[in-house]
Amino acid sequence: MKDLRLERDVQTETNKIEARKVQVYYGTNHALKDVDVDILDKTVTAFIGPSGCGKSTFLRCLNRMNDTVASARVEGMITLDSENIYDPRVDPVQLRAKIGMVFQKPNPFPKSIYDNVAYGPKIHGLTRTKAELDEVVEACLRKAALWNEVKDRLQSPGTGLSGGQQQRLCIARAIATSPEVLLMDEPCSALDPIATAQVEELIDELRSQFSVVIVTHSMQQAARVSQRTAFFHLGNLVEYGETGAIFTNPKDPRTESYITGRIG
Amino acid sequence: MTNGPITAEPMAAPEQPRTTHSLFAPDKRTAMRNAQETRFRAYGLVAIVIALLALVWLLISIFSAGLPAFRQTFVEIPILLDAKVLDKAGHGDPAEMASVTTIGYGKLIGKALATEVEAKGIDIGAMTPKDLVGMVSENAAADLRDMVLANPKLLGTTVQFTALANGRIDGYFKGRVTMETAARDNNTSPEKLMLADKLVAAGMMEMRLNTGFLSMPDASDKRPEAAGLGVAIIGSLYMMAVVLCLALPIGVAASVYLEEFAPKNRWTDLIEVNIANLAAVPSIVYGILGLSFFINFAGLPQSAPIVGGLVLTLMTLPRIIIPTRAALKAVPPSIRDAALGVGASKLQTVTHHVLPLAMPGVLTGTIIGLAQALGETAPLLLIGMVAFVRDFPGAPLSGLFDPASALPVQIYNWTQRGDPGFVERASGAIIVLLVFLIVMNTAAIILRRRYERRW
Repeated sequence: MKDLRLERDVQTETNKIEARKVQVYYGTNHALKDVDVDILDKTVTAFIGPSGCGKSTFLRCLNRMNDTVASARVEGMITLDSENIYDPRVDPVQLRAKIGMVFQKPNPFPKSIYDNVAYGPKIHGLTRTKAELDEVVEACLRKAALWNEVKDRLQSPGTGLSGGQQQRLCIARAIATSPEVLLMDEPCSALDPIATAQVEELIDELRSQFSVVIVTHSMQQAARVSQRTAFFHLGNLVEYGETGAIFTNPKDPRTESYITGRIG
Repeated sequence: MTNGPITAEPMAAPEQPRTTHSLFAPDKRTAMRNAQETRFRAYGLVAIVIALLALVWLLISIFSAGLPAFRQTFVEIPILLDAKVLDKAGHGDPAEMASVTTIGYGKLIGKALATEVEAKGIDIGAMTPKDLVGMVSENAAADLRDMVLANPKLLGTTVQFTALANGRIDGYFKGRVTMETAARDNNTSPEKLMLADKLVAAGMMEMRLNTGFLSMPDASDKRPEAAGLGVAIIGSLYMMAVVLCLALPIGVAASVYLEEFAPKNRWTDLIEVNIANLAAVPSIVYGILGLSFFINFAGLPQSAPIVGGLVLTLMTLPRIIIPTRAALKAVPPSIRDAALGVGASKLQTVTHHVLPLAMPGVLTGTIIGLAQALGETAPLLLIGMVAFVRDFPGAPLSGLFDPASALPVQIYNWTQRGDPGFVERASGAIIVLLVFLIVMNTAAIILRRRYERRW
């Protein structure tokens, strides 16, 4: 396991995603209240908070996955590169190609490892020839630190891999569409400590190319991998700032209670 | 210190000594529960044994009654096709030759049989050539006539004609007819049965495999020996083709729309409830619908496989939609999330991932639905498929509009006939129907195994 890496530079100060006064309702339940967040480019941003606090809900707003929930209603404004993603002109399908997502449970398609990674580039028409596609698949599997383990069995089913390998395969699949932002919803909750360490290392490497947003239950993980941390509680964004500041010098008493283990 | 050092000494006995019970002897409650479980298992075993016995009894009765239908008694007769009798004008023109009816051919067969019997030195007693004709099926004359009209060059030659034996003679060899019953029967006599024994001894008559049962059309009430399932099998196959081509795409499209695309509101709830109800509607109701809509309103012909197929499609649709929707529902949402997450559209998600995963369920539902449709009788009775059809329907697609029969209707039809020869025919047809159903169910199992994937 790596040491706590609290002090780390944020390399850019450009905002990738800006959220203003975001409200989410599930039916009559007001699940997310007045969330204002600026997510920086090429930065790992962690969302922490107790279960049911709305952090996953907010994450799913960022690539409009909440559209698939019939009862969900989103208000407010979320922009990606200053374009409102909830504008009626925006096609969520196109948006999701730009904002990739990795889910809590590894969910590879019941197809071959190769097809899992190649699926995104194929449907978006990112490659022209088979050779190009092969290159993309290899590059993504290398980035996801999976290439050496699977290069001899690309045609075997992705569901036959171990849990950690499956999750890295899902990450490879998500980055194969060359997204600008990668959303991760508790990507390590189904993994053992070794696989977790591998995925965390990977997240740190991905930071050089993407803006990564990660939801996590583990405060240690948030402290290890992120530069920015947002603390959610009961549907409110309580505190947002430099990870180091949040963990060492929280401003809000609720944040302090949570990170010291008194609520949550 | 409240907790003393851990020692090996036994702890002090509790003040109220527990009534201990040995593990080797079950206590009262456990014995009762075990007895309950034993009784429950016995009930289950009894139920299964009863079900199996019923099944075995059914199969034995069907097979013992039906298997003889696949064997038939034939008579070999050399017949001189006399051109003077069969083609009086002498032009060899089939149109002119058609003026000779089956009665003429019947006499010819009787004469040929008499000659042959005499040549073999078999004593026919007081029997006339006319009586001898009664040894062969009434259908034999028609078969001979068809043969000659199809090939006029046979005129003047002697052909080795294989005639079906009369149903009673056939029944005698199958144990259905005895000397006693023959004595009381106007259609045969003990003399004929005795002659039949002699013909068998002389090698003129024998029982062999009856392929005609599967290829010949139905025959009239007095000719059970000539009745076959040809038209019924073709009619059933045509109807299954119609059902498959219509019910599968419509059913799958409806299920996918309802399950994946339709908004969940009062209207879709109403549709859902109604589909479930339609699956339980008695099939004869679909027959009435088919009669009033397809035949009376749309003007489609009666007794046609297209109408039968359309009616069965309506009946099968809910039976395909319900398992298909269940199969779609069973695909884990994580697969949909994964596909949407990499930017697949809703349709791509369904066609690339959800539908292939649901395919085993869809195919199983479809084949079970088809199998039910194959065995359905009631709606077909109402649209006229119960008619007596001897002409084979044409090739598809125009053949779909020709009159035809269907397997279950043919079975129903034969059980209504008076001649005891039809009992074995009906049971034989049930065997054929069962074979079709077994093949379809096996196909369902194989497809399910092949497409089954884990996730």
